[in-house]
Parts: sequence; structure tokens; C-alpha cells
Amino acid sequence: MNVSTIHDIGYRHYEGKRLGRAYVTRSMFVHNLRAAYGLGRPARAKVMPFILAGIMLLPAVGDIAVVAIAKRPEALFPYTRYQFMLQLIISIFVATQAPVLASREIRFHSVPLYFSRPVVHLDLVLAKLAAFTTALFALTAIPITVLYVGGLVTQVPDSGEQLLHYLGGLAACLLLSLVLGAIGLVVAAFTPRRGFGVAAVIAVLLVSGVLVSIVQGITQNTGHWTLSGWLGLFTPYSLVDAVAYRLLGGKLSAVAAPPGVGGGVAALAVCAAIVLGAVTVLYARFRKAGLS
Amino acid sequence: MNSTIAMITFRSMLGRRRALLLFVLPGVLLLLALILRLTNTSDLDVDTTVLQRFALGAVLPLLALIAGTGVIGPEIDDGQIMYILTKPIPRQVVILTKLMVAIVLVTLFAAVPTLLAGLILGAPAGLTPAFTVGVLVGGVAYASVFVALGVMSRNAVTIGLLYALVWESLFGNFAPGAKKASILQWALSVTDSLTEASTVKAAVSLPTALILLVVVSLAATVLASVRLRSLTVASAE
Repeated sequence: MNVSTIHDIGYRHYEGKRLGRAYVTRSMFVHNLRAAYGLGRPARAKVMPFILAGIMLLPAVGDIAVVAIAKRPEALFPYTRYQFMLQLIISIFVATQAPVLASREIRFHSVPLYFSRPVVHLDLVLAKLAAFTTALFALTAIPITVLYVGGLVTQVPDSGEQLLHYLGGLAACLLLSLVLGAIGLVVAAFTPRRGFGVAAVIAVLLVSGVLVSIVQGITQNTGHWTLSGWLGLFTPYSLVDAVAYRLLGGKLSAVAAPPGVGGGVAALAVCAAIVLGAVTVLYARFRKAGLS
Repeated sequence: MNSTIAMITFRSMLGRRRALLLFVLPGVLLLLALILRLTNTSDLDVDTTVLQRFALGAVLPLLALIAGTGVIGPEIDDGQIMYILTKPIPRQVVILTKLMVAIVLVTLFAAVPTLLAGLILGAPAGLTPAFTVGVLVGGVAYASVFVALGVMSRNAVTIGLLYALVWESLFGNFAPGAKKASILQWALSVTDSLTEASTVKAAVSLPTALILLVVVSLAATVLASVRLRSLTVASAE
């Protein structure tokens, strides 16, 4: 008798290949990635992510047009500044789509259904985080790729340096996607009520951003330059900007950044702490969700 | 006004974890004011920045969005609104009650903290009462618009965010025309007229702002009750 049989009441057995844990994890990743853009769901769910992705592309296209027509290569946006400029759009994307990935199963108490399969708790959490990170990376990396390709086509000088900066910009996008994905999923996982998760995520991102930029401005006016730089670590966009500026050779876009290479390394360490902390919290949350 | 509906709505907004966000946002504002006061860094510029960019520009729209869509959106979503709509209560009474609850919440969690933050900062030139009144009138307009959005669309929160953040903040900075059609600027105009501080500059003149505030609030309320009259409760997706 097969080990997996509890009561053998005479149905035909499944004798095919069991696809196992890796396949399940990959399926969860693909499903969540599609869900982040509303693919495989009604048109209503696709409207918002695609509108936001479209808005993300507009400034890049416009900038390329300016560079090409006015022949002003210096007007090309710095690659690491692009995400900082459009942080409101990225924040709204995170806020609207994080609850899609993290709140729904908790709201409808369907998380235990996953764990009746060969799914390890950590796999579900990592698949969700990886899917959301990929979705955010697509949102932020495509516009700067457009910028880079546009720069190549219009023959902006110093193509070697441009390539280096572009790769630095891609790394910053990846880091930002990881940090924002982690923060968004954690907040959304604790606010399962519909509409409320959106407000909670945007509140965290917007309030921290406004607060930090106000306090940074005040500390700079009073002459505390170092303090002002370190304060940038308290909101995701200037945190990633600090890494991009200090370690990846980008331009400074936030009000201030922590001093020296050490400041950049510290910012990177904060990013790692946020992501690891988020995985721990999400693991605990999804393990208990739906059982109560 | 219907006291039972008001009580149920208050209970659903302030129950358990949901209320946390309502308390955290003004809490951060008061904490910031306290730190600035204790480190002795507050002057006219700093006070204006804190009250204008943080209290009026960030806390008010977010709180009005949470309160405005929260009083009616979730009930329409999960179908509980039917228990109210099947009672012999006029629809405009339902909307007015929900709106009153939203306005009371905005007053408690945005206007009162603004007043307290101004007092903690010791803001000069009558900034404190000016911004409190500004937040209050802005809060009424925001709340009525967001209640109407909550009745009309299931994506009310997202649409509200797009309006408050993209239209008012982002486009408002690039295109001066967009600034004129923004509740934030109308509220700021009211504030501007109440203080002699030169640091507050509004893009709209006071009479225009007052007329637009009243018209938009009334229009949103009427629209909401008209839409609630013919509401179709769709099944959950």
C-alpha cells in the first residue's frame, strides 16, 4: 500500500511523476508575479498597475525626445535619480499591489490550503517576496533601460561611462525593489481589510519620506551636516539613494547622504536588515494565518 | 442624521487594529513638534514647513482618505450596506451620517493634532489657529469627496491616492494650472488669509477658494446620495 493513502476506498491511484517542492515554489512565484500586474484576473485588476507602469515610462520617453531634438546630451536623467524623482508613482504601485499579494489569502483564511501541499512555510514567503521584487524591478528598470537605449541611439558621448552608470542604476533598482517589496508585504500582511492595506502602506512610505526630508532640511539649516546625512537612512528612497551615491557612483538625489564609503556600507547593511527582518516577520505571520 | 448608523460606523472605524493608523499619523506629527521644541530649533520657517508640508500636506489627505473611504467602502464591498439600505431611512440621511462621522474623525485626528502641534511649537504670527482652520475646512472638502468616491468606485482608495498625491503634489509642482484645482491649495488659501506670516503663499485667491470648497463639498455629497440611491451590490470578485 502506498504511504500517501489514508483510506483506500478503491479510486484509481495517481502513478505519475510528483513534481515536488521546487516546482510548487516556482508555480507560486509565477502566480504571484502575474497577480502583481493583474494578469489572469479581470480587466479591472489590470487597470491600475498598467496605468502606473505607463506613467513611469512617460518622463523617460519625454527626456529622450528632448535629448534627441534639442541635441542636449546633458539633459539625460542620471539613471539612479529616476526612481527618486518618481517615488510617488512607485509608492502608489507598492501600496495598491502589495495587498493583492499579501492580504488576500489572509483575509479569506485560505493560507492553510497551501500548507496541505509539499510547501515549506519559508518557500511561500520567499516566493511572494521574490515575485513582488521582480514586479517592482520591472516597473523601475524598464524606464531606465529606455533611457539607456535612447542615449545609445542618440549617441550621447562617453558610452563606456554611460554603461557603468546604467549598470549602477540597475543595481539600485534591484535594491529599491527588494526594500520596498519587503516593507510593502509586511505592512499589507498585517492589514488584511480591503482598502485599508493600501492606506497603511502608502502612509508608511509617504509619511517617512516627508518626515525625513523635513528634518533633514532643518538639520542642514542649523549646520548639522553629518546628522542630516544619517537621517536619510530612515526612509527607503533616500536609503537606496545613499547606497547609489556612495557605492554605485550615482548622483545625489536626496537632501543628504551619510558621509564616506562607510555611510554607503551602513545604508546597504540597513537594506539587508530590512529584507531579513521582513522575511522573519512574514514567516511568522503566514505560519499562523488562518489557523485561529 | 441617524444615531444608530453613526454609532456602528464609529465602532467599525475605531475598532481594534484599524484605529492604530488613525492614532499613529497624528502621533508622529506631535512627536516631531515636541522634538523640535525640545531642541529649540523652531522658528517661523520651520513651523510653517512642519504645519504646511506635514500636517496639511501629508497627514490631512491620508487621514481624510482613510476616514472618508473607510466609513462606507468596506460595507459596500462585503454587502453589509444592504442591512442599512433595506431600512426605511432616506439615502441622503445615510450619506450625511457617514459624512458627519468622517468629518468628526478628521477633526479629531487631523485638526486637533494640528492645533496641539502649533501650540507645542509655539508658532508665531497666528500660524496655529490659521492652520487649524485650514485643516478643518480642507478636511470637510476631502472627506465629502472621498465618501463620494467610496460610494462610486471599488478602487476608491487608489483613485483618491492618485488625486491627492499625483495630481495635487506631483503635477501641482510642475503645472501651476493643476495647483488651482486642488483642495490642498484652497485650504492653504484660507490659512493664508488668517495669518500675516509671509511664509504661507497660496496659489488661489480667498473668494475663489471658499466658493470652490463649498461647491465641491456640496456636489460630492449630492453625487454620493444619488449614487447610493441606485447602488448595485456586486458580488465579491
